[in-house]
Parts: sequence; structure tokens; C-alpha cells
Amino acid sequence: MTTNTSTPDLHPGRLQWQSAVITAIVPRTARIKSFFLRLPQPFDFLAGQHVDVRLSAEDGYQAQRSYSIASAPDASGEIELAIERLEDGEVSPFFHDIAVVGDEIELRGPIGGYFVWSIGDAGPIVLIGGGSGLVPLVSMIRHRANQRVNTPFVLLASARTWDDVLYRDELLQYAARQDGFQLVLTTTREGARRPGDFERRIDRQMIASMLACLSQTPRQCLVCGSNPFVEAASQALIAAAVNADVIRTERYG
Amino acid sequence: MATRGFGGRRPPRDTAGRIPPGQSATDGFPVLAATPTPYIPLDQWSFTLKVGPRTVATWNWEQFNALPRTQFTRDIHCVTKWTKLDTIWEGVSIDDLLKAAGLEPPTKFTLAHSYGGYSTNVPIDDLTGGKAMVALRYDGKPLEPDHGGPARLLVPHLYFWKSAKWVNGLQFTQRDEAGFWELRGYHMRGDPWKEERFAGD
Ligand SMILES: Cc1cc2nc3c(=O)[nH]c(=O)nc-3n(C[C@H](O)[C@H](O)[C@H](O)COP(=O)(O)OP(=O)(O)OC[C@H]3O[C@@H](n4cnc5c(N)ncnc54)[C@H](O)[C@@H]3O)c2cc1C
Repeated sequence: MTTNTSTPDLHPGRLQWQSAVITAIVPRTARIKSFFLRLPQPFDFLAGQHVDVRLSAEDGYQAQRSYSIASAPDASGEIELAIERLEDGEVSPFFHDIAVVGDEIELRGPIGGYFVWSIGDAGPIVLIGGGSGLVPLVSMIRHRANQRVNTPFVLLASARTWDDVLYRDELLQYAARQDGFQLVLTTTREGARRPGDFERRIDRQMIASMLACLSQTPRQCLVCGSNPFVEAASQALIAAAVNADVIRTERYG
Repeated sequence: MATRGFGGRRPPRDTAGRIPPGQSATDGFPVLAATPTPYIPLDQWSFTLKVGPRTVATWNWEQFNALPRTQFTRDIHCVTKWTKLDTIWEGVSIDDLLKAAGLEPPTKFTLAHSYGGYSTNVPIDDLTGGKAMVALRYDGKPLEPDHGGPARLLVPHLYFWKSAKWVNGLQFTQRDEAGFWELRGYHMRGDPWKEERFAGD
């Protein structure tokens, strides 16, 4: 594209890179930390959207990755990302091992307009997340809680152990309100701790008993996590007679 | 602006020139899709070529498999930042498809359509001249459903969301009509070497 370099390109809808500042780093589980970022140019976003992060080396080499926004849409000018450390990864170990409060991180967003939930979207809503795949779903759950709507939500969260459930205590608190948000946990390497929870990988039977928590068929099912997880969960939904048209997936590759 | 403390993992020197900006090479084959994987029985599969609303040709699985075959070994680039080098595909080139239908491109734009409702727009110049195919086989085997089987569009020189999975039709349009991701802010063309990820890039 040929543009006059002295004037910034203000193409409508253009996603601009900006340098966000890390204001806090909070360990969430053994492998996931939250990074709070202050945006010099705050943007509106929908719960479920993500940002692209760009890291640059001294010689100009750059790496980019996508991270879902964990915080709910609000006017704070800050967003929260929750990043899982992948062994031998290029970007996630940088965040875990090197980044500190005060560092500047380039990012742009919001991105993705399909894997989203807005307060006007009717329920019941089924959310299924594995590991860090809970991140965009938690943004939706926080948004629902902040806006005090009682759209029926049921979240099925899968993790290795009780301590690996991302945002576990916060989710338990929302569930305790009994305002239409229901939480089902399944731990694949540890026994279930609460009545109604599971201790195995997601299957059709588990989905069927989760759907039985709802008084109506789901209007929307949002499934997020690694590809094998998303495949298994979405095929289990279809096997439990959920229409494929209401299932949306976000795969972390 | 350099990011404090970031060194980065460089591609090996011999492949460095093949990795577009912001991408990194992977040995795996990640799967991205906005919907569950549809499983389409081959006896129900068909491919339709349209000009606007008008159908000009339809093939069932058997007829489609009888069309001339083309092989591609290409690098592919996903907008989610991974690049996979030297992927091996077999299928029916768009040139052969148009020839079989006896159709000269009537417009400059197309929309590819898929089972499950996905669509993506690709200018015809990016499909003809040996640039693209409807792929039926990957790495010597029938294409797996989660990678888009039975058949996917393959336009390897554009970001991979243009290579529509579970493809079942190609439609010529008068104007460049936005498809599924293009309606949601992604770039109308998607050239990885120009980093055309989002509208305005
Ligand atoms: C829309 C979207 C939203 C996402 N949201 C989140 C989120 O909220 N939280 C989150 O944690 N993640 C999220 N992800 C995933 C994230 O974008 C990254 O893929 C993830 O953090 C891994 O990046 P990395 O650089 O650490 O690992 P990479 O360097 O990309 O490597 C990934 C894995 O592959 C292996 N590997 C890759 N290349 C090589 C190689 N050449 N040689 C050897 N091994 C290799 C690595 O060992 C590693 O285990 C999201 C992805 C998408 C698409």
C-alpha cells in the first residue's frame, strides 16, 4: 500500500498496534498467569474477542500470537490476558519467565466477531472450556455478572486437577449466587470434589447430564480449547442431539 | 520498538526466506474452525459451480474424482500465525474445473461455499493459472474431516482461511462480496507476504 509516511493511516476499521504496559502479573494456576495491560488507546470489545500480541527482537525479528481477553468489557482501559506456559514455546515462556510489571507489550484488537456473547443474546448458553480455553468464556461469565442479567448459563470446565481449574474460586462464587449460572467441573487426573462434578474426559453422557440442568435446549454452545478437546466436546454435543448450527468453536491450534 | 528481553526463535537459515512476517514454522498441522467438524457421507457429497444464482455444473463424488488430477507441494500460512512448509496435496485444479464445465470466468470475483455455512471470497485471478485446487488428498491420503475433508479449497499463496474446508461450491459474483471471516473484519484478499490479516492492513 502506498501511503504518505508523514500522516498516520486512519483507514476506518483499521486495527492499530499500540504499546500496552503491564500493570500486574497474577499467577492463576501452576501453568497459567494473568497479565493486566493498560491500553494507551482503549477500545470497546465484545466478551470472547481476542488481541494479537507482537514481540520484537533487537534486530527487528517479530513474533505474533493471539490471546483471548479474560476481562469483561468495561471502561477501565485495562485488559486481562491469561497465558498458559507451553514448554519450548516462543511467546508464552517469554511472558512467564521474562516479562515484568512496567514492560511494554505491543498489541492490537479487538479481533474476532463470531466467538462472542453480548447481554442481548438470549440463553440458555452452554459454555465448554478446557485448560486455557476457559479464558474467553470467563470474559462472558464476568460480563453477565457485571451487567446483572440472569441469562441461563451452564459452564462445563475441564482441567487436569482441581487446582488447574482456571478462575476456580471466582467461578464457584458466581455459582453460589444461584442466579442462573451453573458450574460443572470435570477433572481428568483427580477425583471429583463436588456432587455433580465428573472425573473423566468429556463424553456424550456428561454432556447429556449437563444439558439436563437446563429447562430448555441451548440457544448457543461455545466451545474453546485445544483442537482435540474442541473436537471431542463438539461431537459429544452433536451426539447429545444438539443442532450443529448452534455450536461455535474457538480452537487454540 | 524492541520488546525488553525478547530474543525470539529464529527459523533455520535455509527456510528463513519462506516464513512470512509474524509467522512461525510448525511441524504439526493445527486445526482451526469456527464450527464443529461436519462429517459428510461421500454418497451425499456434491460440488456446484454457479454464476450468480444460476447453477452451471454439478458433480457428485464419483464424477468429481474422475476429473483430471493435479499435485501441489506448497507452503501454507494460517492467520493464527503458523506456517507449514512443503505440504503435499492432490486434487482438481480450478483451471481443470472450469474447463470441465466449459466456462470462461464471467466475472473477476468468486465466493467459495462450504458445508456448515462457511464462505470466503477469492478473486478469480488467485484461483486460475495453476494457483489453486479443490484438494481431495493430503500427504498421500484422503483428506481427514478435521482438515476439511472430503474436499477443501486450497489457495496456498493466501492466508489459509481462504482455503475453505468442506467446500461444496464455487460461485462467481459481480462484486467482491465478503465471506464469513471477511464480514468479521478479516482482509478481503489475505496475502501473507503483505501481512493482509485484517481490513485496512
Ligand atoms: C484465537 C486464539 C486465542 C487464544 N487465546 C489464548 C489464551 O487466552 N491463552 C493462552 O494461553 N493461549 C491462547 N491461544 C494460543 C496462543 O496464541 C499460542 O498459540 C500459545 O500461547 C503458544 O504460543 P508459544 O509461542 O508459546 O508456542 P509456540 O512457539 O507457538 O509453540 C507451540 C508448541 O509447539 C511446539 N513447537 C512449535 N514450533 C516448534 C518448533 N519449530 N520446534 C519445536 N517445537 C515447536 C512448542 O514446543 C510448543 O509446545 C490462543 C490462540 C488463538 C488462535
